[in-house]
Amino acid sequence: MMFTVAGREAYAYSGGKPFDATLPCIVFVHGALNDHSVWTLLARWFAHHGHAVLALDLPGHGRSTGAPAPSVQAAAQWLLALLDAAGVARAAVVGHSLGSLIALEAAAQAPGRITQLVMIGTAYPMKVGAALLDTARARPLAAIDMVNAFSLSSLACKPSFPGPGMWLHGSQRALMRRTLAGASGLEAGVGANLLEHDLRLCDRYAGGLEAAARVRCPAHVVLGRDDRMTSPKAARDIAAALHARVTLLAGGHSLMAEAPDALLAALRAALADAATTAAQAS
Amino acid sequence: MPGAADPGFDTLTIHAGAAPDPATGARALPIYLSTSFVYQSSEHAASLFDMARSGHVYSRVSNPTNAVLEERVAALQGGVGAIATASGHAALHLAIATLAGAGSHIVASTALYGGSHNLLAYTLPRFGIRTSFVRPDDIDGWRAAIRPETRLLFGETLGNPGLEVLDIPTLSAIAHAARVPLLVDSTFTTPWLMKPFEHGADLVFHSATKFLSGHGTVLGGVLVDGGTFDWDASGRFPELTAPYERLQGMVFSEESSVAAFLLRARREGLRDFGACMSPHTAWLILQGIETLPLRMARHVENTRKVVAFLAAQPMVARVGYPELASHPSHALAAKLLPRGAGSVFAFDVAGSRTQGQAFIEALRIFSHLTNVGDCRSLVTHPASTTHARMDDAALAAAGIAAGTIRLSIGLEDADDLIDDLKRALDAARKAQ
Repeated sequence: MMFTVAGREAYAYSGGKPFDATLPCIVFVHGALNDHSVWTLLARWFAHHGHAVLALDLPGHGRSTGAPAPSVQAAAQWLLALLDAAGVARAAVVGHSLGSLIALEAAAQAPGRITQLVMIGTAYPMKVGAALLDTARARPLAAIDMVNAFSLSSLACKPSFPGPGMWLHGSQRALMRRTLAGASGLEAGVGANLLEHDLRLCDRYAGGLEAAARVRCPAHVVLGRDDRMTSPKAARDIAAALHARVTLLAGGHSLMAEAPDALLAALRAALADAATTAAQAS
Repeated sequence: MPGAADPGFDTLTIHAGAAPDPATGARALPIYLSTSFVYQSSEHAASLFDMARSGHVYSRVSNPTNAVLEERVAALQGGVGAIATASGHAALHLAIATLAGAGSHIVASTALYGGSHNLLAYTLPRFGIRTSFVRPDDIDGWRAAIRPETRLLFGETLGNPGLEVLDIPTLSAIAHAARVPLLVDSTFTTPWLMKPFEHGADLVFHSATKFLSGHGTVLGGVLVDGGTFDWDASGRFPELTAPYERLQGMVFSEESSVAAFLLRARREGLRDFGACMSPHTAWLILQGIETLPLRMARHVENTRKVVAFLAAQPMVARVGYPELASHPSHALAAKLLPRGAGSVFAFDVAGSRTQGQAFIEALRIFSHLTNVGDCRSLVTHPASTTHARMDDAALAAAGIAAGTIRLSIGLEDADDLIDDLKRALDAARKAQ
């Protein structure tokens, strides 16, 4: 469904159910050069189990128009503005990779609005190697192949995503290429193209530990044991700063596609934990 | 996945989509010969039907063994996913039925497998789907044939039987300008010889009966989506971009930004038409694919030797192989098929129908039958079999001479194949 945020179209997938702002809301935030479709299984599951779901296309990505946000902080402001547009007072935020930093920032900027924070495939600082940044600038298609190879831990991820018969290496590559080609508003970005822009947002993000100190909601970190984009050990400091519960899953960086069932179980546990904690606190 | 790039083609032929069986540790892929799969809980069952979990329910729609084949062929073609079907023909039908309905129109090459031509020219019109046929090299003709109701352009990488090379880069550009996809039958070339997605095709299918399985034992098809066509931007495919009532108003292009076509093809086409593949068949095709690079290299090597032999024979009037400078697609083949132009080709025995028949009957290693892409060498004489009811004038109009012979070169010793052909040419000469 489409919203209008700062005068631009902002798309959010509602999980196959009409969006109902009166239900407990979960916002899903994708990573670099991705879009809402990386969340469809999880979004559908929660939408079919009593939640209002908003799986976003970040500005300049997928169906959302406008310039890509110039910083993680600005992307978080945009997310909070989208909640306003959707009539959502409070929401859980689940982010992956770049999206996990945006989720963290949203929880820090509006601690009264974010009920739960889940960071998947995350790290802080989320430094990006010079080789990948340089390749992203000069040869984005080659960089997509690098990201793809680093993001998937296996040639046989079962039961595949979003259904059987999908070749994840091909589908992730195609999604990144499509998002790259469809990017808008790059003149306001921080890279020569949307991949470089998104990677630089990750690389430049500072203040994560300070943001963590402002977070008031329960936090959960979900990591892939064989993640070569954001190594599990690189999430240790931010997890500690958030007092987050950490779940380690078999898989790499693209856990939504590689391990959809295990990630669903982790999210259900995280959100149930968070609900219990919130109930105890009140 | 130790490297910074996807594994190479040969590695993918062995490993893509398959890992040791988690339940038993079996290293080779098990054949999951089961119609149905147990739900872990009521929630799991409901979620599978809500399409909120991925998994197998019933083998008409998906099966773990078939899924490995689907992933592997998609990996080899550079696609996003695939669907295994009962035959190559079922794959073609699934592609068309997913994108077209009554009132739709297709533009197709004239150089098609006869069965595909039958489907398009005679059967689909009964369901309201019409096709205009255009010679593969008539580029203006393709452009002119497109109508507002056109939903698909379709051709074979190598036309049958003349091996006209489809100009995929040009035709895909024409298709995309008209906001429709290009569907390509890649049976004769396999991904080892050409990956049509790299040249602009949007959908690819195979008769896996042929080179992919490679041993003449099973029938099967695979339909692959390149994930590049923008169904939303096209505006011509509400099947993929508008709510589908049967599945809770699902909009396939929102569910998956790159695999909307496959989602609908599986969740509607495979479900409703039911032309699914047996897991046993999938397993046999996978066995074949594991040696595809080795076999295709040998197929091409043998073919080049046989072509060179035939081209030097006085009893041979013409050899139609695109690597020969005399072939009309020679330049295009050099561009699109640098590894070779396959191992199926036609040549003309100088002489009458009787001499053509004498040639066929004298062969000892070549098997006289109607198939291609077997490890065994095969031969067909169209004028006395598939086109026997045509007179010589009609044959000529179809590009077939009285002495046209179609060969599918197998994996035997090339010298033995050449000896066999020598003997048969002698027999043809004596039958004058």
